[in-house]
Amino acid sequence: MNTPWLDIALSLDGFVAALFLVTGLNVIVVRQMLAALYLFIIHAVLLASSAIVLAVALGSIHLGWVAVITIVTKVVAVPVIVRWSAGSQVYKRREVDQVLSIPISLLAAAALALAAWMSITPLVHSISDRPFAAINLPTGLMTVFFGALTVAVRREGVAQLMGLLIMESGAFFASISIVPDLPVIAEIAAAVDVPVAALVIGLLIRNIDRLTGTTRVGLLAGLKER
Amino acid sequence: MELTIILAIPVAAALVALASERAAKYSTLVALASVLVLSTEAAVRVSRDGIIVGLGGALTLDPLAALYLWLVSFVGFTASLYSIGYLHAREQSHAATPPRYRQYYPLFNTFIASMLAVALIADLAVIWIAIELTTLFSAFLVAYEDRTEALEAAWKYVMLTTMGALIALLGVLIVYYGVNRAGQPVTWTGLVAAAPVLPPALLKTAFVLWLIGFGTKAGLVPLHTWLPDAHSQAPASICALLSGVETSAALYMILRLYPALIRNPGIEHAGTWLLVAGLITTGTAAFLLLQVRDFKRLFAFSTVEHMGIILTASALKTSAAGMGAIYQLFGHALVKPVCFYAAGLAMLVLGTQNIDEARGLLSRSPAVGWAFMLAALAIAGTPPFVLFISEFAILRAGFTTGQFAATGLLAAFIVLAFVAILYNAGRIVFGKPGAGIPDVRLPASSLAAVGLALVPIVVFGFYLPPPFLVLMRQASMVLGGIS
Repeated sequence: MNTPWLDIALSLDGFVAALFLVTGLNVIVVRQMLAALYLFIIHAVLLASSAIVLAVALGSIHLGWVAVITIVTKVVAVPVIVRWSAGSQVYKRREVDQVLSIPISLLAAAALALAAWMSITPLVHSISDRPFAAINLPTGLMTVFFGALTVAVRREGVAQLMGLLIMESGAFFASISIVPDLPVIAEIAAAVDVPVAALVIGLLIRNIDRLTGTTRVGLLAGLKER
Repeated sequence: MELTIILAIPVAAALVALASERAAKYSTLVALASVLVLSTEAAVRVSRDGIIVGLGGALTLDPLAALYLWLVSFVGFTASLYSIGYLHAREQSHAATPPRYRQYYPLFNTFIASMLAVALIADLAVIWIAIELTTLFSAFLVAYEDRTEALEAAWKYVMLTTMGALIALLGVLIVYYGVNRAGQPVTWTGLVAAAPVLPPALLKTAFVLWLIGFGTKAGLVPLHTWLPDAHSQAPASICALLSGVETSAALYMILRLYPALIRNPGIEHAGTWLLVAGLITTGTAAFLLLQVRDFKRLFAFSTVEHMGIILTASALKTSAAGMGAIYQLFGHALVKPVCFYAAGLAMLVLGTQNIDEARGLLSRSPAVGWAFMLAALAIAGTPPFVLFISEFAILRAGFTTGQFAATGLLAAFIVLAFVAILYNAGRIVFGKPGAGIPDVRLPASSLAAVGLALVPIVVFGFYLPPPFLVLMRQASMVLGGIS
C-alpha cells in the first residue's frame, strides 16, 4: 500500500482503537446491566471495524473473514445466547453493584493501562514489519486488563461474563495486527469458542439464580476458608 | 489414521451417551479402554520410531506429548470404571441428586477428548482452543451435584481459568507471529527451531503471558484459588481428571515454551521465573496443607504443591532434574486419581469430608482405609511409590549441581507437605469411628478402579517398562531444548 493510504489507514485504525479502549473502560464502570450489554456489542463492532481497516490496508482476505465472524458471533449470536441461557431478566434495566467504588475502579484501570503500555513497549519496538502493531498491541493488552478488572470488581454474573468477552476481544484486537493469516481451522474454532463460552457461563448463571434466587455471584461465599 | 481414531472414539462415545442413557456407562468404558490400547500402542511407536504424524500433519505426537496422551487415556479409563458405581452410590448414601447420565457421560467424554487433543494437535493456536474447551466441557461436571456450593465452585473455576486462558491467548498469538515470521511451522518443533532467531522481547512477553495465563489453570500461587473449591465439590471421578491430567495440561503448555527461552541467545536466566513461581507455589501449598479441614481440599493443595515441584525442577538446569520433572509429572498424574478415588469412597463410608469429624476409616472399611492410607503415602512421596523416585531424583540433581538454596528450600517444603499429608491421613484412617453412620454398600466398579489405579504407582516405583523409560529420557531432552 502507498504511504499516503497507509497513513490514512493508520489514522483510521488509531481512531477505532481509541473508541475501543474507551468502550472497554466504560464496561468497568457502567451502572446498568443492559448498558453493559450494549457496550459489549459496540465493542465487538469496533473490533470488526479495525479488522476491516487492516484487511483493506494489508489486502488480507483472512481479516475480512475475522470481521464477518466477529459480527456473526459477538454482535448477533452472543446476545441471543446470553438471553436464552441466562434468562430474559438479564435484559431488564437493573443496577449492577461492584466491589470497588467507581473512582477507585477508574484509578485501577489507569494503573493497569500504564502497566500494559510499559510491558508491551519492548515487544512493539521489536516488531518492524507490522505497521499496525504499534496501535493494536498496546490497545489490545490494555483491553485484556480492563476485562480482567471488570471480572474482579463486578458482583453480577452477566457483568462478569461481559468482562471475559471484553478480554477476548482485546486479545483479538492485538493479534489481528501481527497475525493476519491464522489458519481457517483456528479462526473457525475461535469463532465457535466465544458463543460456547457464553452458553456455558449463561447456563451457570441461570442455575445459580435457580438455587440462590440471585445472579449476584459476588455474594457466593459458602466455600470461603474459615 | 491411528491418532485421528484416538480423538474420534471419545467424541463418538459422547454421541452414544447423548442418544442412550442406558448405554452411556458401558459405551464410555469400552471407548476409553480402546483409547488406552491405541494410546499405549502410539506411545510405544513414538519411543521406537520418533515423532508420528496424522491427518495430513494436523496431528503430531512427540515423546512428551505421547507420555501425556497415555496418562490422559489411563486416568480416563479408570475414571470411567470408577464412575459406573460411584454416581449411583453417592445418590443412595447422601440423598444427592439422582444420576444424570445423559448430562454426565457426554461431558465426561468430550472433556477427555479435549485433553487428548491438547497432546495430539500440532498447531499452537488450535491447542489453545483445546485447552479452553477442557474448561468449558468440565464446568458442568464440577457443578454436577447441583448444590449452591458446587455451582459456586464451578463459577470460580470457569471465570478464573477462562480469564487465564484469555491472557494466555495473547501470548500464544505473539508466539504464532514470531514462529511464522521465522519461516517455521507453528508447532512445538517449529517453535524450538525458530527460538534462536526470535526477538528476546517477543519470547519474554509471551512467556510471562503463558505463565500467568496457563499458570492460573495449573493452580500456581496466587492464581490457585479455584482449585481447592472445584476439587472439594466435584464428583471424585472428575477430581481425578481435573487434578491428575487437566492441571498437568496447562503446566505442559508452560513447559513446552520454556525450551524456546533456553535456546534464545538473548535471554539470560530463563529459569528464574520458573524457579520463583515454583518455590512460591510449593511453599504456599505446604503451609496450606497444614491448616486444611477437608480431605478433598487436602489432596487439592497437594496438586498445587506438585505443580510447584515440577516447575522448580524444570528450572534447576540439569538434565537429571529435567528427567525428575518429567517423572514427577508422570507420577503425579498416576497417584492423584487414587487419592480422589479413595477420598470419594471414604466420603461414602464416613458421610463427611471434614477431617475433624472423619475417624476410623480403617475399622469402618478396611479396603477403603488401606486405599486411603496407600494413596496418602504415595502422594506424600514415601518409598517405594513412584513419586519418591522423582522427588529424590530432583533433590539429588539440585544438590549435586551446587544449587543449594533453591534445592534446600524445595526439600524443606516437601518435608513440610509430607508431614501435613500423613498427619491428616492418619487422623482419618485410624481412631474410633463416630456413631450413627449407616453402613454403605461400596460399588464394586469403584473398588476395581482403585485397585487398577494402584498398580502403576507401585510397579513404576520399582520398574519402568523400557518404552516409558525411553519416552521419559526423550521428553526430558525436549524440556531441555534439544529437538
